[in-house]
Amino acid sequence: MTSEKTQAPLLDLQNLRVSFPTPKGRVDVVKGLSFTLGRERLGIVGESGSGKSMTGRAILRLIRRPGVQQADRILFDGIDLQSLSERKMRDLRGARISMIMQDPKFSLNPVMTIGDQIAEALKTHERLARSAVKSRVLEMLHAVRINDPERVVTLYPHEVSGGMGQRIMIAMMLIPRPDLLIADEPTSALDVSVQAQVLDLIDELVREKGMGLILISHDLNLVARYCDRILVMHAGQVVESCAAADLHKATHPYTRGLLAAVPRMEETRDELPVLDRSTWSGT
Amino acid sequence: MIAISLKNLDVSYGTTKVVEGANFDVAEGESFALVGESGSGKSTILKAIAGLAPDWTGEISVLGERRGHGVDHAFATRCQMVFQDPYGSLHPRKSVDQVLSEPLKIHGLGNRDQRVEEMLAAVGLDRRFRYRYPHQLSGGQRQRVAIARALMLEPKVMLLDEPTSALDVSVQAEILNLLKKLRREQGLTYLMVTHNLPVVSFMCDRMAVMNKGRIVEIAPASALHDGSFSDPYTQSLYAASGGNPDRKD
Amino acid sequence: MTMTDWLLADSPSSRLQASLGNGYRMLRMLMRNPLTVIGALILLALILAAMFAPWIAPHSPLGQNLGQRLLPPSAEHWMGTDELGRDIFSRVIYGARITLLIVALVAVISAPLGLLIGAISGYFGGWVDKVMMGITDVFLSMPKLILALAFVAALGPGIENAIIAIAITSWPAYARIARAETLTFRNSEFISAMRLLGASHTRIIVGHVLPLCTSSMIVRVTLDMAGIILTAAGLGFLGLGAQPPLPEWGAMISRGRAFILDQWWVATMPGFAIIIVSLGFCLLGDGLRDVLDPKQGGKS
Repeated sequence: MTSEKTQAPLLDLQNLRVSFPTPKGRVDVVKGLSFTLGRERLGIVGESGSGKSMTGRAILRLIRRPGVQQADRILFDGIDLQSLSERKMRDLRGARISMIMQDPKFSLNPVMTIGDQIAEALKTHERLARSAVKSRVLEMLHAVRINDPERVVTLYPHEVSGGMGQRIMIAMMLIPRPDLLIADEPTSALDVSVQAQVLDLIDELVREKGMGLILISHDLNLVARYCDRILVMHAGQVVESCAAADLHKATHPYTRGLLAAVPRMEETRDELPVLDRSTWSGT
Repeated sequence: MIAISLKNLDVSYGTTKVVEGANFDVAEGESFALVGESGSGKSTILKAIAGLAPDWTGEISVLGERRGHGVDHAFATRCQMVFQDPYGSLHPRKSVDQVLSEPLKIHGLGNRDQRVEEMLAAVGLDRRFRYRYPHQLSGGQRQRVAIARALMLEPKVMLLDEPTSALDVSVQAEILNLLKKLRREQGLTYLMVTHNLPVVSFMCDRMAVMNKGRIVEIAPASALHDGSFSDPYTQSLYAASGGNPDRKD
Repeated sequence: MTMTDWLLADSPSSRLQASLGNGYRMLRMLMRNPLTVIGALILLALILAAMFAPWIAPHSPLGQNLGQRLLPPSAEHWMGTDELGRDIFSRVIYGARITLLIVALVAVISAPLGLLIGAISGYFGGWVDKVMMGITDVFLSMPKLILALAFVAALGPGIENAIIAIAITSWPAYARIARAETLTFRNSEFISAMRLLGASHTRIIVGHVLPLCTSSMIVRVTLDMAGIILTAAGLGFLGLGAQPPLPEWGAMISRGRAFILDQWWVATMPGFAIIIVSLGFCLLGDGLRDVLDPKQGGKS
């Protein structure tokens, strides 16, 4: 993916801030985050409350009031997302930037068949003949490795398993052929064996179509396996940025602490090292 | 002595059988894991032992005594349970103090003030948390309160239902350390349900692997070091959890 | 350390401080909404009027003066006089006592009854639930005023019987709410944890289920108060509630009806009192809902 670094970045984010009001005044949950993204796979890792999910939402301008987001620059493929009207933004969401949420149960409409929902996602962004829509839907379901798409399109969300639900979500998000996919904890509601399948699938589709991917997760090892580059967030700030392959060489005490705190398969330690939060709270 | 013994345990919800023919013994002082994916029936076994899933046949004994089908008063002092979701396992309108005093009141035990203080210290919670409400606590602190509540009656057997799966890794490490320390200090027996194999490797001595309501394999936790499992399902679960990376498919 | 700091302390040092702090936080949230404050003030005025009626009222509520009948509002008689020459303002003030009595007794009888039946029904489920909710549905399916009328007709007219009739007709709604609330957490882990600790069903219902239902109940009862006042006034209007010469607002309107075209104030003044007090309960209830029951409130 490094060969494309010479082009203008797909996403250029400068000094992003997201704040929420509390009884004790406004609190920044994202404090001046900057990064650029090419057509590569970027992982954002952090614990709950680190601001990683808010970052993903802010790119799509989905921070709900009373939350407020501001940034010096959010450029997507040369488009300034901040000055875009809400209507234009809506056209862009889904069509060019898609987002996969954590739990498919809450993201799918329970009273619409799966086929209709995927077709809906396609029709809002492209004008196509009915037969073309149907064939694209089936093709997409096939691409996310659903065995008999003809049957699945007639099902309702409660009739499918969690893993299949998440694959359907992916199909829905990818059918308009976006340039950037933001996946926020796409597999944490799934079993380990299904987890690997879903991530392999996202990985394969992203590579094939040359999309950009932002994978947001709390799981360091998982992100290291599926991304090119990793940002480690803590308390709204990036504390470490490194290539995924160099994660074990991370220098920041927070990253090192997180890595050490994960139990290993061939565990021999009697006690797990615990993060001493006082050592970097100043940074 | 055998702490928990299951013989031919079948558990059903309505007409569907969720667990079929479960057999295992957990020795006193042992830490035993029930491993499997969602829907494998591992939590159901825990609920049946606790008395929360009364529709079972077979035989369950805890510390040498046969279990009845419901919840009973005397059983409470021998065996307690810690739940998965620290946000759902505490009453939203009760302070930490009330939560910890309640078991003492139920069993008419005195000297409550001192016992609550001691228990807070044992689970590593500062005294200033004593009169806080759940919404003023973090996930890890809530789970400490839930563990403290379970230990108030000084049980010998603890049933742990995914006690750390809802927590961040750094907090998970703290809670796992705490559970390990408590087991050592109080000579507890753990029966722990989890889907996380590395946690088993850290916490447990032996494990039973479940798939679709049946126990497919019982193995020592040390088998996780080299992946020496005999059952194909266990092997695939092991591979998917990141063990033995060359086998990843 | 100031009083406020002590109340809002993050780590209270005693049970008392923790519960006082909680109460104070709630009060502050309530006071942030001006409409709630207005509602609370109206009810405070009602309570004060009821308590100090003999000192506030310039005339006796019952004393007749046929020489001064049907006078329009003036400096001497702020709200005019009725057909027997009684001062309407004094009667409205004394009427606050009756209204407050009705409201308080109905709340004390029907809310706990509904709460208990709903909680038991929701907690146990199964056939207990079916039987109890069946009975509740029978009561619920009958129009409130008609049922109250039937009771009063059977028991005889009078304020006590009106209260009993209203209480009997209003508990089913509370039972429904309490049951729905209980169903949302009957299978939750904190209830299971209590069972495992050996707590009896009675202990769990009283100590753990009821406290969680009470906040939505308080909200609902407050909002219903307006309706209860209107039902009481309706019974009074029909001559089945408070009996003359008691200054009950509904009965006063009923008497004033005969003069509505020429002496409008006789029926209108107690009507205003009913409207204002109903409004007060509604405003306060809305505010309470935002604080106690955020999931149902209009604002997030």
